[in-house]
Amino acid sequence: MKVRRLTACLLAASALTAPAFAEDVTLSIESWRNDDLPIWQEKIIPAFEAAHPGIKLTFNPSAPAEYNAVLNSKLDGGSAGDLITCRPFDASLQLFQKGQLADLSELKGMANFSDVAKSGWSTDDGKQTFCVPMASVIHGFIYNKQAFEELGLTPPKTVDEFFAVLDKVKESGKYIPMAMGTSDQWEAATMGYQNIGPNYWHGEDGRKALIAGKAKLTDPEFVAPLEQLAKWKPYLGDGFEAQTYPDSQNLFTLGRAAIYPAGSWEIGPFTPQIGGAFEMGAFPPPVPKEGDKCYISDHTDIGIGLNAASKHAEQAKVFLDWVASPEFAELYANALPGFFPLSNGEVKLENPLAQDFIGWRKNCESTIRSSYQILSRGTPNLENDMWAVSAGVINGTITPADGAKKLQDGLDSWYKPAN
Amino acid sequence: MFKRPHILVFLAPAVIVYTLVMILPLFGTLQLSLFRGEAFAGLDNFRTLFGDPRWSASFWNALGNNLWFFVVHMIVQNPIGIALAALLSSNRLRGAAFYRTAIFVPTVLSFVIVGFVWKLILSPIWGIAPGMLDAVGLKSLFQPWLGKEAYALTTLALISVWQFVGIPMMLIYAAMISIPEEVIEAAEMDGVTGWSQFWKVKLPLILPAIGIISILTFVGNFNAFDLIYVSQGALAGPNSATDILGTFMFRTFFGFQLQLGDPNMGATIASVMFAIILVGVSLYLFLVHRRLRRYQF
Repeated sequence: MKVRRLTACLLAASALTAPAFAEDVTLSIESWRNDDLPIWQEKIIPAFEAAHPGIKLTFNPSAPAEYNAVLNSKLDGGSAGDLITCRPFDASLQLFQKGQLADLSELKGMANFSDVAKSGWSTDDGKQTFCVPMASVIHGFIYNKQAFEELGLTPPKTVDEFFAVLDKVKESGKYIPMAMGTSDQWEAATMGYQNIGPNYWHGEDGRKALIAGKAKLTDPEFVAPLEQLAKWKPYLGDGFEAQTYPDSQNLFTLGRAAIYPAGSWEIGPFTPQIGGAFEMGAFPPPVPKEGDKCYISDHTDIGIGLNAASKHAEQAKVFLDWVASPEFAELYANALPGFFPLSNGEVKLENPLAQDFIGWRKNCESTIRSSYQILSRGTPNLENDMWAVSAGVINGTITPADGAKKLQDGLDSWYKPAN
Repeated sequence: MFKRPHILVFLAPAVIVYTLVMILPLFGTLQLSLFRGEAFAGLDNFRTLFGDPRWSASFWNALGNNLWFFVVHMIVQNPIGIALAALLSSNRLRGAAFYRTAIFVPTVLSFVIVGFVWKLILSPIWGIAPGMLDAVGLKSLFQPWLGKEAYALTTLALISVWQFVGIPMMLIYAAMISIPEEVIEAAEMDGVTGWSQFWKVKLPLILPAIGIISILTFVGNFNAFDLIYVSQGALAGPNSATDILGTFMFRTFFGFQLQLGDPNMGATIASVMFAIILVGVSLYLFLVHRRLRRYQF
């Protein structure tokens, strides 16, 4: 207490005596990433302030679950920070439509991002963008290298090879072939359907065709991933119907499973949990046939935008331009392995597993989860339906064809394509 | 009443508090269900809920699950509660106080702990249930119950029974020990003992307590939400097999994942829940409660 008071006095004294820069501006950042507070304070903010004297930053995160409500009330009350961390799609789009987020389409740094990267924070027609994309998460499969070496397996490239590998692991009886459960349902949809799906519906082409009403979820390319999921059942280990997401994580990090259908955000927490007991590798979702073009779910997750009511819009744009730069991308991606920069610039990652994941962008096309943009605005909610259907298909309680029909019927009941 | 104003003074605290925290919000909910955003919509929301095939399918599924949840409580929890109370009140049982406490303990546990602990016990990976069945050679009977559409709801209902069986036990036990000795003695003089004594003398005298328990169970089950939410999540999987009115209302009102909340439809579901409970309680009060005879000296 005493020490703190002393520091406060010293700070106050220094503030009074030090020559104050008249042009010093402090920008505050709203965010839900309270886990990342130390990273911002120790790495990101010092790096920015060193390069841009005259602009100071403060990072004010709130808890993820409360963020949307807190932010909305702050924006409505006019007390929100200058910079707003943006959730993807509808939550931020609503803020933009209410005039609370500024239009950033003209920002120079925006040139560093592809349309897919910007889609999470653009209007439906893609003409206006209101947040700078910061990070995405990539889906694929993490595997236990030690188990693969033991059984003489190599990462599969095609769907047939994938099932051959699973068969071999099952035969050995030493490992559960795949650590995934259907109890929480979202695993089946996010790490299952949305992970392997883009290879069948050709990423953005299929996703955009759905939104345009040119394709239906009952078309073969959208039913095929469900058919593959139905074949996963025998490889998931005993009682997978009651296995939760943390159960799956633990099974894999304890070395009891060979393959883990994953999102890249696991890299950070998995590494210390495994504690060097075995090495992790990763392979992208297998393609249907040898030589097919590959697609990966490279899902836009975090962006940052400008509060339209900010008094320091000029300085805030300087910061946003910096966030759009390769320098920031490298800083952020290395501080949080598994959250990948969305910019087109070259980024060097130090974490080998994160390198694997991001390396797929070279040969594969990126897409985002098919249900996130526009299609989950109504009731019944397509995303929730996908959870239930993906889990049901794996459990064997619904056929892929019936599941697809349920998804499409639900969508048809409220969604009318624009044309 | 008005001649004796102190009655009003003594009633005031409870009436004021209850009005503020229960009655006003209830009317707020009913009002919310008649609007669509800012505009008055009459009974449109109710038409959507019962008329739209998708909404109504979700609603009847939730109501059916809720009824089953209630039925399991009535046919499992209450008879077991009565049996336990009968055993506890028998004079030949030693350590009755210990049993009474042990059976009552789960009731005071938090439902979060109960849901989590049972999820672990029944877990096919870490749980002790498969091992225990294995020990008696019945491993083949083990199923991942919470993950199977056919069993999940019944499993949860039985977990809830395990948690709350202490309440009917206590109420009936209290009713049983309040049966006057003279009545029991008179029955014994007439040669009514053992089982026939229970059926012919004790049971009619504890019927009012059973009535109260039934109605408490009914209201509790139709407001149930917590156990399902803790163990199966807000989507109440697998494939809505454990979705009850409480979780259905929660998802609709507050939204879930990408689903944005819809306060009007949520309030509509809450109003229907209120109506169901109101009708149930009224039926009980007018048809059952008035006919119960109490023992009088």
